[in-house]
Amino acid sequence: MSVIIILVIVGIVVTGLFLIGFIWSVKSGQYDDMYSPSVRILFDNENSTPDDTENITSLEKENSEIKDIIK
Amino acid sequence: MGLPCIHCGEDCGNHPIIWDDKPFCCNGCSTVFQILNKGKLKKYYDIQPMSGIKVEQTDVTGKYNYIDNDEIREKLLDFSDGGISKVTLFIPTIHCASCIWLLENLHTINAGIITSSVNFPKKNVTVTYKEDEISLRQLVELLVSIHYVPEITLDQLDKQESNKSERDLLLKIGIAGFSFMNVMLYNFPEYLPGGDELSDLFTSFFGIMSFILALPVVIYCANDYYLSAYKGLKHKIINIDLPITLGVLTLFLQSSYEVITGNGIGYMDSLIGLVLFLLIGKWYQGKTYRALSFERDYKSYFPVAVTKIDDNLESTIPLSRLLVKDQLLIRNQEIIPADAILLIGEANIDYSFVTGESIPISKKIGENIFAGGRQVGSSIVIEVVKEVEQSYLTQLWNQDNNNKSGEVKLTTIINKVSEYFTVVILLIAFVSAIYWIINDPSLALFAFTSVLIIACPCALALTVPFTFGSTMRQFGRRGFYIKNTGVIEKLRNINTIVFDKTGTITIVSTMKTKFIGDQLSDEQLSLIKSLASNSSHPLSATIVGSIASKSNYPVVDYQEIPSMGITGMVNGIKVNMGSCKFVTGKEDVNINNSNVYVLINDKVLGHFKIENIYRPGLKEVIFKLKKLFSLFLLSGDNEAERKNLIPLFGSEKNLRFNQSPANKMDFVKEQKKLGNRVLMIGDGLNDAGALMESDVGLTIADDIYSFSPACDGIIESSKFQQLPNFISFAKTSIIIVIMSFTISFIYNFIGLYFAVQGNLSPLIAAILMPISSVSVVVFATVSINILAKRLISKQQNTLF
Repeated sequence: MSVIIILVIVGIVVTGLFLIGFIWSVKSGQYDDMYSPSVRILFDNENSTPDDTENITSLEKENSEIKDIIK
Repeated sequence: MGLPCIHCGEDCGNHPIIWDDKPFCCNGCSTVFQILNKGKLKKYYDIQPMSGIKVEQTDVTGKYNYIDNDEIREKLLDFSDGGISKVTLFIPTIHCASCIWLLENLHTINAGIITSSVNFPKKNVTVTYKEDEISLRQLVELLVSIHYVPEITLDQLDKQESNKSERDLLLKIGIAGFSFMNVMLYNFPEYLPGGDELSDLFTSFFGIMSFILALPVVIYCANDYYLSAYKGLKHKIINIDLPITLGVLTLFLQSSYEVITGNGIGYMDSLIGLVLFLLIGKWYQGKTYRALSFERDYKSYFPVAVTKIDDNLESTIPLSRLLVKDQLLIRNQEIIPADAILLIGEANIDYSFVTGESIPISKKIGENIFAGGRQVGSSIVIEVVKEVEQSYLTQLWNQDNNNKSGEVKLTTIINKVSEYFTVVILLIAFVSAIYWIINDPSLALFAFTSVLIIACPCALALTVPFTFGSTMRQFGRRGFYIKNTGVIEKLRNINTIVFDKTGTITIVSTMKTKFIGDQLSDEQLSLIKSLASNSSHPLSATIVGSIASKSNYPVVDYQEIPSMGITGMVNGIKVNMGSCKFVTGKEDVNINNSNVYVLINDKVLGHFKIENIYRPGLKEVIFKLKKLFSLFLLSGDNEAERKNLIPLFGSEKNLRFNQSPANKMDFVKEQKKLGNRVLMIGDGLNDAGALMESDVGLTIADDIYSFSPACDGIIESSKFQQLPNFISFAKTSIIIVIMSFTISFIYNFIGLYFAVQGNLSPLIAAILMPISSVSVVVFATVSINILAKRLISKQQNTLF
């Protein structure tokens, strides 16, 4: 029966991980806007026609570099 | 009917502008289409057809120069470092998925923009850009060029918005939920048959675990309730949070005692569940319309910066630096920031926001111009005579702000109930304790704490958030947005309704025209229309709109004489239109109306009489309300409309004309002194004082995101007819609250029955407390939603 004690502790740890995840998601502002992401996910990058794919990828690369700097 | 505009969907009329074989209603729309076309952003129109925004005024040259001012730019930017800046702009016209898509693809229009992201509920766009490639002013102008006009106001510059309290609440709910799940699991075996035979090892282990998990809930999650109860006591007020605090603390102490002495596992599951439900209720009630603003003052209406003229040199200064004697340049469509005197130019001031009257008033050099008006036409130069804070309207506003902050408002129904509730519960607790001291002292303390535990007004405290929270949502869906749930209660209590006239019961944007004089032939109408369509004056626009004629003649020798009229040769015939003096040479005898006289071929044919149109359904609304409330009408206008309004409002004494903003405010004050509870319905800055003074101030707005004076609620103008239903529904929701109170009292009686006998076991508490909370919540939300469907006709609103 005492195995239940171990189970309870495992249970606490697992739910605790989810709690930490939740706290992180709240603090990082994921609940501030509940609408736009639901729309955003439906947009696909149609603009990237073959001839300017290069430009866009280089632009994106640049963007991510800049984002790193900001961080 | 013409074709719908590809960009904004509006009717293109008879002469659509064609570009790329597609019809557009105006040059503005076609320009946006071309910009998007060039940037390969045509998909904008695929996501949501005709999603564009029509903007009347597209000439922005110089309008945003003030952003180049360093001080202002600093305030606008969220962040700036190493040539990269981030800015958040409020764009009230964001309304659909296409908007999000376009605004997040700004980088394809201008390479200087790195990323942009939209926060839809707040109607914000956050843009990160490279400063050496695009300046902030250019960025704003880019947004304006695609008709997403950002609203930049002083108000926004001054306040730093934060999501902190909202995030805190979510965190508390998360933590309480986490503890609740786990503790329920530990207590579960106790409630099973034979649960009392568990070995001591488990009892004490589960007890200690629930104690540890309850600690953050009691200390952190519930702390707002302690604070509020303490604040209430300090003001000698017993609010609902006091019995909650008492209940939570007794529950915790009693349970801790049981756990530590090894007597049992206590009521930790009930305690945590209770806090969780309360927090969820708070979250539900806290629904706010974040993009709407109810707290606006003159600051959000006035410009951020003004153009100052110093020895013929123009410079942009922030409004806060404005001094008396400064000379300012006011361009077309700019707002007069302070009371001033006209120095140079032809002033045509549109006070539509101040008075509700949309016909501009012309001013001569040397005349006074009040703050809040908007210049229409050419640029003018004015000299400031009073500081911004001292101007007539702003003063009226400020004086009121002070009045309101002084009073403590705690008359809500829930606090009245809880006052008696707390006293009664404490009495019962003491009586049962005394009874047991006499009969069986070992049970006395337990009975005492049991009463406090079971009486903890969880269900009671949940009633109001869920009933009013649901009511608020139902209102919002039907175009009536209220500031907070407290407004519902105040709305129920009103017995007097005061209406403003212009803009509130009349429609500002459209007017009715009637021609008085000789019967005009179709040919003459065409001549008039052709001439008037050259002028941008609102009266000309109204006349053009009222004439159905299709033929359009060329106009030569066209001349517009400010504040007088227009003249020109139409199809070879001389036509004059304008004021009585301009056309006939005599003074107008009937100054109460807006009249436009017409002269064709040196013959005065008569005049167009232009009148306001009352809102559709006004008669029914007034008729319904008249039965229940005393109605008054305050108008800033002259008495021209008196004879039309008497049949509506009944008696002469209910109508007041020529009311200044201060008169309106005093009238509301007077009514309140007589013991009446006043609902004021207005629309403009001139009603601001009265709106604040009234118990409930409602604003009617065509565009709910545009500026409205500080108020308790905003009604979309198209939903005006629903007003009686909204008021009666507020009453219905109070009835629901009272019914829910009754339900929760029944549960309390059942609980008290066990508690006073010293029989309350954790099992009873664990069943009774959640059931009472859940049943009250379900009853409140379901009944409100059903009743709302029946009582307020459904006009689905897709904004929220």
